[in-house]
Amino acid sequence: MNAIATPQAPPQPPSHEPSYLAVENTVRSWLLTTDHKRIGILYMISITLFFLVGGAAATLMRLNLLTPQGALVTSTTYNKLFTIHGVIMVWFFLIPSVPTVIGNFVLPMMLGARDVAFPRLNLASWYLFIGGGAFALWAIIAGGVDTGWTFYTPYSSTYANGHVIAMATGIFIAGFGSIATGLNFIVTVHKMRAPGLTWHRLPLFVWSMYSTSVILVLATPVLAITLVLMALERAFGIGIFDPAIGGDPLLFQHLFWFYSHPAVYIMILPGMGVVSEIIACFSRKAVFGYYFVAYSSVAIAVLGFVVWGHHMFVSSQSIYAGMVFSILSFLVSIPSAIKVFNWTATLYRGSIWFQTPFLYVLGFIGLFTIGGLTGLFLAALAVDVHLTDTYFVIAHFHYIMVGGMVMAYLGGLHYWWPKISGRMYPELLAKLSALFIFAGFNLTFFPQFILGYLGMPRRYHAYAPEFQVLNVLSTAGASILAIGYFLPLAYFLWSLRYGKVAGPNPWQATGLEWTTESPPPEHNFTVVPIVTEPPYAYDPVAAEEALAAKREQREPAYVR
Amino acid sequence: MNSIKPYVMVTGALFVLLVITVGAAYVNLGAFNTPVAMLISLSKASLIVLFFMHVRHSNPLIHIFVLVGFFWLGIMLTLSLSDFLTRHP
Amino acid sequence: MSAESPVAHQFEDAAQQREAATLGMWVFLATEVLFFGAMFLGYTVYRLKYPEVFRMASEHTIIVIGTINTGILLLSSFTMVLAVRAAEFKRRMALIAFLSVTALFGIAFLVLKGFEYAHEINEGLFPGSHFQFTEADPYTARMFFYLYFLMTGVHALHVTIGVIMLVIFALRAMLTLKLERLSTAVDLLGLYWHFVDIVWVFLFPLIYLVDRHS
Repeated sequence: MNAIATPQAPPQPPSHEPSYLAVENTVRSWLLTTDHKRIGILYMISITLFFLVGGAAATLMRLNLLTPQGALVTSTTYNKLFTIHGVIMVWFFLIPSVPTVIGNFVLPMMLGARDVAFPRLNLASWYLFIGGGAFALWAIIAGGVDTGWTFYTPYSSTYANGHVIAMATGIFIAGFGSIATGLNFIVTVHKMRAPGLTWHRLPLFVWSMYSTSVILVLATPVLAITLVLMALERAFGIGIFDPAIGGDPLLFQHLFWFYSHPAVYIMILPGMGVVSEIIACFSRKAVFGYYFVAYSSVAIAVLGFVVWGHHMFVSSQSIYAGMVFSILSFLVSIPSAIKVFNWTATLYRGSIWFQTPFLYVLGFIGLFTIGGLTGLFLAALAVDVHLTDTYFVIAHFHYIMVGGMVMAYLGGLHYWWPKISGRMYPELLAKLSALFIFAGFNLTFFPQFILGYLGMPRRYHAYAPEFQVLNVLSTAGASILAIGYFLPLAYFLWSLRYGKVAGPNPWQATGLEWTTESPPPEHNFTVVPIVTEPPYAYDPVAAEEALAAKREQREPAYVR
Repeated sequence: MNSIKPYVMVTGALFVLLVITVGAAYVNLGAFNTPVAMLISLSKASLIVLFFMHVRHSNPLIHIFVLVGFFWLGIMLTLSLSDFLTRHP
Repeated sequence: MSAESPVAHQFEDAAQQREAATLGMWVFLATEVLFFGAMFLGYTVYRLKYPEVFRMASEHTIIVIGTINTGILLLSSFTMVLAVRAAEFKRRMALIAFLSVTALFGIAFLVLKGFEYAHEINEGLFPGSHFQFTEADPYTARMFFYLYFLMTGVHALHVTIGVIMLVIFALRAMLTLKLERLSTAVDLLGLYWHFVDIVWVFLFPLIYLVDRHS
């Protein structure tokens, strides 16, 4: 067998244009850029700042929970902290994370396009995001909100203290940024593919971004109007949610979860796409069952819309609706499981290369599986009655959101960092931080499964003394996790100046984004690439042979 | 499409449907008044989508996105009402 | 690509650009369906919960204005489609005329809607602190009028945006030398305008025609 597989598309001829980073470096050129790569960078910087805000709130909460009576803050402050943590992390970090940073940066390149379909709309998305973020930050600084990120009525619309309307306005505005991003990606995937790049030759990241975008455009408008209704009810005392004025508070919950459950898939599907890319590259093997992985993304996007009632099992929702939602919720586990099985099968007989992105992916698969399986507990009506609003729920969705999406985001950042910056990050330090994150994460959240099962409710600043040991363990884990998060922040910045120059394709990966220079020129490609093959044309046998040869010092190269 | 005749006919049909829907509202059809009104609205909307918005001549991709919006609206209405209509008093 | 090129740098040709823009508009309209849809769900839930009060409240809306306004919007869709056609065939005068007539229909709709609002506010039917309704439970009746003002208000906002765009496009049609640049844009505005019409087609029976026979 030939030691070097045919490349999916030949490397681009050298560009004589400056890279997208070097084109023009004024503040104005960055703030008015329509280049998808620069917009990705703008998003990266902004969501990192929001992550620090949300993380600070989490830190204060974990510190407070060191002692049963609450070590640090009053109950009111605690309520505001978990609201800040929830709102910021959901809308200003997780939802934009992979789509707007990695999606913006690599999606057009994966398609062989010069940019997204609507570059100015793309920039407008960022400004909407920042505008919404400014409202949210203002609401926090002005005194905070204590409703929780779910804004349940009539509490939020009638009784809550604080700046509910400002916070809702922030989410409303940022929501339109989400819609614009989703719309842009849908049209880009449909209309901007390079010649020969058929749907079944698309990288799986594109499939997952497409499915995510469908959710963004169909779910977000419902959240927008729901928040408007809630804010009107709060401002004028007229509305349709408060039972005191003839309303039905469950209508709010239906509308809210019609958005927010699919939003959970906005927060995991892009991560699944990242995992598919990385796992193929670092096991030198095509993803097992490409069609199943691709269409399971679409299936998740559709099924994700029919399960929202499982958030309302104990809300006085009709028991019959509860049964329907319970069955449907079990259904959505099928496409998720297909993905996990297929990723695992991809590893089999692959030529595994333990680099940092791959470590994150292994972490993702394990943690997502735990998060997904505990989701089945919660989808079962009777079990949910016991577990609702306990730390079991907290642990469950943090295994998906943090163990899944944040892991995938970091894995993706490491994987595409050479493309984004043109530099390599320090491998040893990166592996160390991946281990810190994995260990810290499990120590933080696994005890919370037990706490929840034992009955510790969520959203309380104090707790019964018998829960202290597990809470202290959880806080200890959170400290390790924090170290793990600060390390990449430091060494990514360090690598910008001191990192090894990466070259166009340091991982010898397939995919059009690797055929262009690192960092790419402004319009990505000097010639329009033509695609003649399915993705992931890796050859594990050749890779193993090359590795054996390298061990015998005959040939230094690592080929794909 | 060089002739505006189809447009004139569709407009005419829309006005006929408007007259029918107003008239039907004054006839007691029992439980069927609202379903009939919605059915007429649906026909009017279909005429507008197919002829005025040129979906009749559009490619399948556009057809899908036309249906997607209404399909998802159907999901929202059906599953929400599965709660509201089956509650114990 | 030169700056004068009508094709933006990210596209290969004008056809791709046009298809992308059209698809983008349809995706936006799907978003709009769900945006209005959430309000329709609210309406459906309370209509099913309080059918009798909704019937009594609906009788206070002015069916004549509602019917005339429906007719106006249907006619405006007709003139809009002629404007799209004029843009396609590069007929400048026809384009300007049909855009203006469509805008005038939109304004007529808004003016009539304004009269109706004024009448209802005078009757004490605006769901504010002066709301009064004696025939039934005022809270429930207020629910109907809240939904009525909300849904027709959001719809009127869409009409207003449409009218503004129509006026801008009519001015562009007068000033621009190259009509082909305007053709796609007029097409997209047409899609938007028809969509706003469709929303009204569903709003009309739900607000004005609630069991009028009894």
